[in-house]
Amino acid sequence: MSKEVAKERSMIIQKEMITRLFKELSGARETGKKVVYTFVPGNISELILSFDMLPVYPEINALQSGMRKKSGEYIRNAEQHGHSEDVCTYVKCDVGMMLNGNIGPTGEKIPNPDLLLLSYTGCFTFLKWFETLERLYPGVPIAMLHTPYQEAHKITPDMTAYMVKQLKEEVIPKMEQVSGNKYNEEKLKLMLQNSSKVEDYIIKIFDTTKNRPSPIDAYFAGVYYIGPINSGFRGTPEAIDYYAELYNEILTRVEKKLGPITPEGEMEEERFRLVVEGPPNWTHFREFWKLFYDMGAVIVASSYTKVGGVYDMGFRVNPDKPLESLAEYCMNCYTNLNLQQRVDLLSKCITDYHADGFLVNSIKSCNSFSAGQLMIMQQLERKLEIPIGFIESDLVDPRYFSYSNIKNRLESFFQMLKQRKMIQTLP
Amino acid sequence: MKKYFLGIDLGSTTSKAIIIDDNDHIIGRGITNTRANYTVATEIARLEAIYNARFSLLKMKLEDEIERKPEYRRYLKDVESVFQYLQFKRKLDRLNIQFRDTIEDTFNGEKKENISGYVDHIVKEIGPAILNEYLNGNLGQKNQFFRDIVSEKYNKEVNGLSKEYFEPMILVYDKSISHVENELTEYDFRELVYQSMELLNDKYADMEDSTPEETGVGFDSELNLLKGNYKQIYDSLKGHITFIANLDIHITNMVGTGYGRALLPFPEKSIRSEILCHAFGAHAVFPATRTVLDIGGQDTKAIQVDSHGLVTSFYMNDRCAAGCGRYLGYIADEFNISLNELGPLAIEATSEVNICSTCTVFAAAEIRELLNVGQKRSDILAGLHRAIVMRAMSLIARSGGVRNEFTFTGGVARNQAVLKYVSDLVLQNYGKEIKINVHSDSIFMGALGGAMFARRSN
Repeated sequence: MSKEVAKERSMIIQKEMITRLFKELSGARETGKKVVYTFVPGNISELILSFDMLPVYPEINALQSGMRKKSGEYIRNAEQHGHSEDVCTYVKCDVGMMLNGNIGPTGEKIPNPDLLLLSYTGCFTFLKWFETLERLYPGVPIAMLHTPYQEAHKITPDMTAYMVKQLKEEVIPKMEQVSGNKYNEEKLKLMLQNSSKVEDYIIKIFDTTKNRPSPIDAYFAGVYYIGPINSGFRGTPEAIDYYAELYNEILTRVEKKLGPITPEGEMEEERFRLVVEGPPNWTHFREFWKLFYDMGAVIVASSYTKVGGVYDMGFRVNPDKPLESLAEYCMNCYTNLNLQQRVDLLSKCITDYHADGFLVNSIKSCNSFSAGQLMIMQQLERKLEIPIGFIESDLVDPRYFSYSNIKNRLESFFQMLKQRKMIQTLP
Repeated sequence: MKKYFLGIDLGSTTSKAIIIDDNDHIIGRGITNTRANYTVATEIARLEAIYNARFSLLKMKLEDEIERKPEYRRYLKDVESVFQYLQFKRKLDRLNIQFRDTIEDTFNGEKKENISGYVDHIVKEIGPAILNEYLNGNLGQKNQFFRDIVSEKYNKEVNGLSKEYFEPMILVYDKSISHVENELTEYDFRELVYQSMELLNDKYADMEDSTPEETGVGFDSELNLLKGNYKQIYDSLKGHITFIANLDIHITNMVGTGYGRALLPFPEKSIRSEILCHAFGAHAVFPATRTVLDIGGQDTKAIQVDSHGLVTSFYMNDRCAAGCGRYLGYIADEFNISLNELGPLAIEATSEVNICSTCTVFAAAEIRELLNVGQKRSDILAGLHRAIVMRAMSLIARSGGVRNEFTFTGGVARNQAVLKYVSDLVLQNYGKEIKINVHSDSIFMGALGGAMFARRSN
């Protein structure tokens, strides 16, 4: 494996996009732009941008703090502030960051919110998180967008109508009030046209893992690929350019039959193909990834890259029905799917991308992902007779990443897969 | 030349070695406590397995004689016990030298004189007492480690001293035992066996005049037969023992497993995960196994296997001591009894006290409170055993439940109280038709799986 890693053009573009956004955020008070704090799942940034406001995503800030080795201190500060050890560490990291001056990943201060847009999509913690933010930013207006859970395996017309009503009666009026701009449906439709194109690209990009070797890692690199749409670029022309460039780069890798790029260069031999459920660990991201690529394991699909929207089952935004589309987009987020739908989705990924194994990274402080994981594992094992692995870590709390425990379990898992492969290839 | 295969399981608490022949039959077992120097631990287990293999081969060679003359079986059993004593004695002599060095380096004046005198006394007491237990008792079958045997006797003696000498005496022990434990001593098998036989000759000679009436209810017919013809057995065995001692036990291939596997001096291809090895070992001993529960010193594993013994999924507790063997070790310390006494005491319980603490350390505080309010020791111990099993059951549930047949492995499977609760809870939760397997070699399953992988990858 070569140690020289040349940055691809898409990586440079993404970095520039993110830097620009944070620059714009840090200057928001001067430019008079209003700032909306919201969440990645049910991330209706097209609507926010259509009012010419800027989005801030506390989970993205938290994971960035985790990668920058700041989260440990932030979490301790939040615990001193009264948050329990078991609270979601994205929340505590965000609160700690706020208590430490709200300095974002680029070193610039993130402005205080002008509006808290609580798009609730299956994660109950979101409600409590924004209650905390409301106390930390007294007087800030809150817009609640309640997303009904897909309890009956589908989205009904009533569910869509319920959400559109909330958008019309709660979210849009508050946005108008905060931004001082009127709702502009034509502008929103144009943005949704862009989103629709991006959604097509995303599907095509993650579908390239059908190739052998897979040209990408759909988990460790996948979380970078979904960066732009999940951090404020849904609906923008820059997002289309970024994903077009990324897709072309990946197609070139497919033509050359190249494996994924890792932090230490190209992965030379693809030995195992996995589907992974659950968020990654961010505090030891590189070490965590290395445990996989050193073993020749590539992730061909992951649920976490679908938290900001699921397009695998055919959903696309329809620019002609903007508010209905936003509603359906929210209801289609991974954490808003019921457990059976998650099993079906993961099962499709395992089959379509010819995975050798299914692995769960169980996150200590994440209720939303942990609920049902064991049931998911057992159903997939029974249905597909696929080997199952289970590891434990946390989002951004460095205290819960045990390298040796994870390595020990992964080694057993990979040896188990190897044994299976040997048996399967016997005449 | 016959081929043999070695499996080493370097666990967090004990290191085990198994030698199998090319029919997967176990011919040698070795076990020792894992210590700071992993290479020494591995070597001790390996050498012990080779000595044990020589005894097994000797018994196989003498199969016909043993069949015809049962006193041969007894004689060989006694030789093996005394053989263990002689190894113990050499280590004790070495420990005694280390005691002197430690005392010399640590103390001076009157204190040094006194401590030296106490240690002298203790060593003089321990040697004959242990010889007696190996020669006439059943210490040879107990699989106790040098450290445990000595510390039990040493602590007992120290407790009888005045309080001011308690800490210095413990310090002498702690500082000295690590040195001795981390040194490797190799023995000459033939020399030690011959010495063992000489010692046995003395034992049998002293017993010649006894009668069945004198030995009472424990009258031992094999021993009785030995008394009359031990000299004959001694003469006829000599040739066989020379043959076995000179036999080259050629290890064709080996595989290492367990937590310390990465530190074993083996090539990478000879290292396997303990999950795969435990499952493979358990499945080899009980071929209908589909679920394996392994409770070791510092982890608990629930493993599901297919009909070939291949792992389909596994679930581990490697975070919390409260579900592992160490929990029992800690509890034994709290009660000031040995680990081997825990299970039998818990079995005597008339009811189980409910233990709420989910943490080893806090369970100790709860025990003290329960003793204060007058709960019986055996009832508390029963509750503690049940608690560890409840955690294991939760692990099994998470791994997909119990499938028929169920095999329980690991060092903790030797504890009768744990076994009782595992059986009760498995049958209660998964139905009475579940067959539960436990083997006397349960602690060796990982090493056995390793040896079997070694044979297959040769």
